[in-house]
Amino acid sequence: MKKEVSSLKYVIIGNSAAAVGAVEAIRRNDSKGRIVIIGSEKYHVYSRPLISYLLMGKTDEERMKYRNNDFYRNNKCEVRLNTTAVKIDAEKKIVHLDNGDCETYDKLLVATGSSPFIPPVPGLEKVEDKFTFTTLDDAKALGEKVKENTRVLIVGAGLIGLKCAEAISKRKAEIVCVDLSTRVLSSILDEEGSEIIKRHLESNGIMFCLGRQVKEFGKGWALLDDDTGILFDVLVLAVGVRPNISLLKDAGAKTNRGILIDERCRTSIPDIYAAGDCCESMDISSGETKVMALLPNAYMQGECAGMNMSGVDFRFEKAIPMNAIGLLGKHIISAGTYKGDTYIESDGSNYKKLFYSDNRLNGYILIGNIEKAGIYTSLIRERTPLDSLDFELICKMPGLMAFSRETRAEKLGGIRNELVRA
Amino acid sequence: MKRVYVNEKWCLACHLCEYYCAFASTGEKDMARALKNVKIRPRIRVEELGGISFAVSCRHCDDPLCVKGCITGALTRVDGVIMIDSDRCIGCYTCILCCPFGAVSPTEHGAVQKCELCIRTTAGTPQCVQGCPNGTIVFEERGE
Ligand SMILES: Cc1cc2nc3c(=O)[nH]c(=O)nc-3n(C[C@H](O)[C@H](O)[C@H](O)COP(=O)(O)OP(=O)(O)OC[C@H]3O[C@@H](n4cnc5c(N)ncnc54)[C@H](O)[C@@H]3O)c2cc1C
Ligand code: SF4
Ligand code: SF4
Repeated sequence: MKKEVSSLKYVIIGNSAAAVGAVEAIRRNDSKGRIVIIGSEKYHVYSRPLISYLLMGKTDEERMKYRNNDFYRNNKCEVRLNTTAVKIDAEKKIVHLDNGDCETYDKLLVATGSSPFIPPVPGLEKVEDKFTFTTLDDAKALGEKVKENTRVLIVGAGLIGLKCAEAISKRKAEIVCVDLSTRVLSSILDEEGSEIIKRHLESNGIMFCLGRQVKEFGKGWALLDDDTGILFDVLVLAVGVRPNISLLKDAGAKTNRGILIDERCRTSIPDIYAAGDCCESMDISSGETKVMALLPNAYMQGECAGMNMSGVDFRFEKAIPMNAIGLLGKHIISAGTYKGDTYIESDGSNYKKLFYSDNRLNGYILIGNIEKAGIYTSLIRERTPLDSLDFELICKMPGLMAFSRETRAEKLGGIRNELVRA
Repeated sequence: MKRVYVNEKWCLACHLCEYYCAFASTGEKDMARALKNVKIRPRIRVEELGGISFAVSCRHCDDPLCVKGCITGALTRVDGVIMIDSDRCIGCYTCILCCPFGAVSPTEHGAVQKCELCIRTTAGTPQCVQGCPNGTIVFEERGE
């Protein structure tokens, strides 16, 4: 299975989850090859989702490291931080860097992630304290500005906007959140779920202006499209992220909204792979190709790329959108696609909705009680035929009880047990 | 690697494994005293319905989706055992979203918990196995 690889040189652009997945996979197969990591940010690899927890004071810079301090040394990685790749010459197999240097490669991984989108609103340049919220530096800068009673306007009520709101609310700041959508977390929740979360956040003092857009900014004010005026001290823009595709696009690779890759994480250019938030991939719960900006997917794509780069055939073909997010003590877990018939349980604060059709579970939303959610996730990921289990039971209670005795024996190891005891 | 296996045929639904599990992580000497008036949160859980019962705990998967999915790096694999660093865990529940067995559960203090084969407990070997009165749960090496 393992192909002997002579001393290859691997170059990875980006220093985050997808890059780590690749490094760990490469080192499983190839202990000798050189690995060079190029990262724009100046930090040891950190967990991006933790920036809101840092702002909240629930973690610190040391604990938010995604891997231990000896990660690069143990994996023999040469790291060039604070350095940005500016051009890929796919013909000569060279990556050009912003400091004038360059790196040649045998195998290249592009794991450049995404960047926050800045909406072109008139007057934005007049706002003094404006921030996006996707990097450790963002969190540090914002932390400097937000104190008790600071008035914060957050544009965007998606995952990043609300995680930012949660963090800031712990600092007793006044928060108004504006979104063009009429619902919060509209990409991962249905109407009823959005309503539950909105009420929960409102009861914690966060205010919302939904279905609204800022039409103009001035120094310390915003004017919405219904002519409501909002005064603020600090502005956070969290309207979405865009995959960083330009390096590969300019090099001639196929791109759409994200970089196009196959199930081996190969781009359309030989010896160049891509993984993580910069890519588009196939969502098996819907059959559509899309950008799934999630850390677990980024890691697993990175791993897949790393395996193939180091000569082991490997496919990652079970991607689905999925999310676990906690907001001021309320937990949400969701996955898959919201289409088909539904099973619903709701008591106004706990909420469960399953979506199914054609004998398959397509998606689910859980709010409040999220125990054993992964059992639902696996039904979606494995495309398990629902008539192979007690669907009525598993709707009520995710558990192994709903599976057949044989499946259970396989999963828990009873088969061998029986042989031993018989 | 040695793992915990269960055979549901022999399970009595006595839940003793859950008590031994909860006790193992207290570090106390006397079980009755340690668990008196305590709502236990075992890492092994008995599922029970209509005469069928069996205990479920972490399978220590060869392809651990929880570890790959963990957003902080709190879950790691140490000599095959999937361990949790509760100091690093932020309680985001991504691992609960990922684990196909429902083997990770929330706790009161934010961080999640899961079976670590009692590696960190004073006993050092799985106490659910020790506590099972019917030999339903075993800890052994099986060819894979
Ligand atoms: C506030 C927030 C909360 C989140 N919460 C969650 C969550 O709860 N669960 C979840 O699953 N996901 C969450 N995410 C998403 C998650 O962080 C991403 O899916 C994940 O980080 C993607 O990893 P990646 O390696 O693809 O890219 P990224 O983490 O985006 O990293 C890409 C890196 O590449 C660098 N780079 C880019 N271009 C270049 C270049 N030309 N040269 C050198 N370096 C370059 C960038 O500086 C960056 O460091 C959250 C994101 C944010 C911002
Ligand atoms: S917690 Fe779940 S996914 Fe992780 S190793 Fe255990 S059984 Fe596998
Ligand atoms: S709850 Fe803890 S262990 Fe689980 S994914 Fe989140 S940080 Fe990792």
